[in-house]
Amino acid sequence: MVKYIIKRVLYSALILLVVSMLLYLLIRCLPIDYVENKFLAQVNAGTITPEELYRIKSLYGLEDSSFVGICRGYWKWLTAVFRGDLGTSFLYNLPVTEVISEHMWISFGIALAAFILQYVIAIPLGIKAATHQYGVVDYTTTVLAMIGISFPSFFIAILLIKVFSIDLGWFPMQGIQDANFAGTPLELFGNQLWHIILPMLAITIVSIGGLMRHTRTNTLEVLNQDYIRTARAKGLSERTVIYKHVFRNTMVPIVTMMAGVIPSLFGGMMILEQVFALPGIGQIAYQALRQGDIPFIMGYNMFIAVLTVIGTLLSDITYMIVDPRIKISK
Amino acid sequence: MEEFTEEIIPERAPDQPEMTPEPQPETPEEQESIADKVRIISPTRLVLKRFFRSKLSIVGLCMFLFLLLFSFIGPLFVPWQETEVDYSGKLTSTIVSVDAEVNGEKFTVYMIEEYEGTINAHADPFTYSNDGENSRLHIFGTDENGRDTFVRLMYGGRMSMLLSFLVVVIYTVIGVILGGLAGYFGKWVDMVIMRIVDILNCIPSLPILLIVGAILDGVGINQSIRIYYMLGFLALLSWTGIARLVRGQILFLREQEYIVAAEALGMSPMRKIFHHLVPNVMPQLIVSMTLGLGSIILYEATLSFLGLGVPLEMASWGQMVQRATQNTEILSYYTMEWLPAGIMIVLAVLSFNFIGDGLRDALDPKMKR
Repeated sequence: MVKYIIKRVLYSALILLVVSMLLYLLIRCLPIDYVENKFLAQVNAGTITPEELYRIKSLYGLEDSSFVGICRGYWKWLTAVFRGDLGTSFLYNLPVTEVISEHMWISFGIALAAFILQYVIAIPLGIKAATHQYGVVDYTTTVLAMIGISFPSFFIAILLIKVFSIDLGWFPMQGIQDANFAGTPLELFGNQLWHIILPMLAITIVSIGGLMRHTRTNTLEVLNQDYIRTARAKGLSERTVIYKHVFRNTMVPIVTMMAGVIPSLFGGMMILEQVFALPGIGQIAYQALRQGDIPFIMGYNMFIAVLTVIGTLLSDITYMIVDPRIKISK
Repeated sequence: MEEFTEEIIPERAPDQPEMTPEPQPETPEEQESIADKVRIISPTRLVLKRFFRSKLSIVGLCMFLFLLLFSFIGPLFVPWQETEVDYSGKLTSTIVSVDAEVNGEKFTVYMIEEYEGTINAHADPFTYSNDGENSRLHIFGTDENGRDTFVRLMYGGRMSMLLSFLVVVIYTVIGVILGGLAGYFGKWVDMVIMRIVDILNCIPSLPILLIVGAILDGVGINQSIRIYYMLGFLALLSWTGIARLVRGQILFLREQEYIVAAEALGMSPMRKIFHHLVPNVMPQLIVSMTLGLGSIILYEATLSFLGLGVPLEMASWGQMVQRATQNTEILSYYTMEWLPAGIMIVLAVLSFNFIGDGLRDALDPKMKR
């Protein structure tokens, strides 16, 4: 087991290395040159000489856009990363790690709330649908789940804004808190909570369907197992069968699925944060992408890649821990 | 080949309980009469029968056919063109308010200005263009540029459907080839292909597509063909699921007797993979392609939403919804300009999801109902 995990971790490191190479190559092909755009006026006015501009660029390893130059820039970036330095974001004038950690928590808070809401609703409904297969509950949840999956996130966001904030006026339209909010920290928290309800609902609606369907399929599979028949034959009440025997076994794949959502928990939601104007990591990354902030784009994409790798690794490992029947095959 | 793979399955009426075994016939004539009673249907018929038994799949199919007719035949019946602007003009009014203070008293002066616009922008649903004799109907009204919303819905659908079909076909072909090779040859081929799959899975696709969009703009690609490149790139990123599926199935099927037989007959690996193994993965492949169509439509809509889709004057569902986020006025007052487009996206994705789900149940031999 330990050997397997070490092997997987080493593989993951290799994968991340290749991913970073590909990303760097692609990002360096971006036609937007932030540094040049920023100092364009000064260069034209003559306050900055082209030599100085070249020096600024070479600070980031961006001076040469030929293939060899890109390789050299990549090497510079990589060695800095091993020293724990992801570079400084052009756009935000702060170290990339700082920008990420500052804005990550907003996205995380909203995603976590949505995630909990989703599990609380989806699992009981999924089990109910499976135990009453082809019943009214089953059909309704199936149809609703499918409709939820079919919504593009931006459309559900706009619909929610239109209905709940423009027409009904219950929730604020955009932002994370009132523009000039003054109050105690507790009031501030309440205000923020009020702002994130719509984004949270939007995430829940688009992603609850998948979880519900997953729970249903798993429960159906468990219900067909021999040990459930045995439990019923022993004369256990249907309640005990469902809540003790079925439920626990249904949870096996669902628990492992939890580790797989790590990237979406921390990585932010680019589209939703745009529509709701939330200063989360997704929104920050979108701005950086639009303006060619190379260190930040690189840092953000690698952040997501690392999260994805950790997510898959953790879900595989938890799967082995939770289900002792899983054997590692060579 | 079909004769080998098609099994002949005796049909049993779905709603009736299992037939009680009849007593063994004693004479050959009686045996024949039983054979006459049992109808024999092919697996394809059986799948179709099971597919049409589910109400949701029928609903999905109807929705799909409706969308197909709507977007491909529909424009023939609407008197407007995709990029045609209604220049018939419209009486528009703006209200200007001026705050004034006279002798310490505050007044607000409202001025209502009415003027004749050159284009018929933001026309209400079911109104006609204002050019007298040959006025034409705007079923869903017009957008802020005076273009007919209804006809743009149709053209947007055309684009969405065509593109998603194209992308799904491309990535399925890539996935089948690479997954087939990985599963059949194993060893280093498998190793290399599966590591590529791992790498692609780590790359966040939306940021990458944004970068690719910017690069394409920088290279000077024409805006109207940029979306094809973008979706081509998306296809290059999304074949991994199919490859995994095909590989897994082939690893399982490789051990079956008929492959041993094929081996003994001295068939070439290519023939074995693409004539004997891949057709057996077809059911799962069809299901995942159908579901993939929905997700590609979502992707296309998202790209248009971010302004990376078709050029602005061309129609696309995602972009029609996007205008509501740009302009609060449109969001609040001109619902008919963005709501139908969003509903169309949902309908299209939903129809593929329903069909895919129905097909999965119909193709699953373990399903009893």
